Amino acid sequence: MGVIKSMKDEDFGDNESLELLKKSGSNVFMTSIDAVLNWGVSNSIWPLTFATSCCGIEMMAAGAPRHDFARFGIEVYRASPRQADVIVIAGTINHKMAPILKRLYDQMPEPKYVIAMGACAVSGGPFFYNSYSVVRGADHVIPVDVYVPGCPPRPEALLYGVMQLQRKIRGESIFDQEDPAEKLL
Amino acid sequence: MLNRQELTDIIREFEPEVEFPEGTPLLEAIVPAEKLFALTEKLKSDKRTAFNYLINHTAVDFSTHFTVVYHLDSTEFRHLVVLKSLIADRENPKIDSLTALYPAAEYFEREVFDLFGIRFNNHPNLKRLFMEDDYGYPLRKDFRDEVNIIER
Repeated sequence: MGVIKSMKDEDFGDNESLELLKKSGSNVFMTSIDAVLNWGVSNSIWPLTFATSCCGIEMMAAGAPRHDFARFGIEVYRASPRQADVIVIAGTINHKMAPILKRLYDQMPEPKYVIAMGACAVSGGPFFYNSYSVVRGADHVIPVDVYVPGCPPRPEALLYGVMQLQRKIRGESIFDQEDPAEKLL
Repeated sequence: MLNRQELTDIIREFEPEVEFPEGTPLLEAIVPAEKLFALTEKLKSDKRTAFNYLINHTAVDFSTHFTVVYHLDSTEFRHLVVLKSLIADRENPKIDSLTALYPAAEYFEREVFDLFGIRFNNHPNLKRLFMEDDYGYPLRKDFRDEVNIIER
């Protein structure tokens, strides 16, 4: 099944196993419900207005008219975690920020997703060595669905990450949901 | 606006012990630490210089000594000077606070105290700004943290 109309599955090139994650197997009734539900969820993932450093600028650029996030249903930045579906960790997470990030994640309603954008959120990036204040990767704090490398990644890279997240969402099933806490390191 | 030479002459007139390093992009003055407050007070109050704006204050750890750095600007004449003072005592570094002259210095100095452990005399509220009270001074070159720092 082609998940993104404008992009063929083989164009993704890598991780073609993503669709194999589809949990509902071949049950016709269940897959139909999942297909409709996942179509809805994956086409309206609203991000939280959350940016801690320069990646936030690229995230804003991705939302601005030239790159236009909204084409993919990453429709509108919500200022409240209660209304957000995805949190894009755009920037460095330091030890003082970590509990706040955790709280924001806990306040988001299910289903919720996390994109780690940029080297800092993926691994600590340029602050990996000799830094007293930086968490080495946001996945030490909350479970991450998609990693977007770059320092900072271009808006295209974030869009690609978002499309990967959409593929991932479309492989999900409401009848066999996984506990996000199990994804934690 | 005073040019570099005029500013140099005025600062020499106020404080003869000041050194002026050559070849710096901005006018720099290395002031003995105990003379810093008096010199800054004159630079601020004098009508010719009128340095009424503290842009920036920070510190540098050179392992052998600390250097505190002040960027002073005049909103009236738009000229700028960089004042530096060396603090040789690493165990108990101290220097006079400029809070009485520039209220903005209060938070700059709290940050410098927080990260370098330099104490400012006559500071109204010298508490840690970011870190916990029992944490070390993380921007010192000899700072070690086995838990949080991956050394390379």
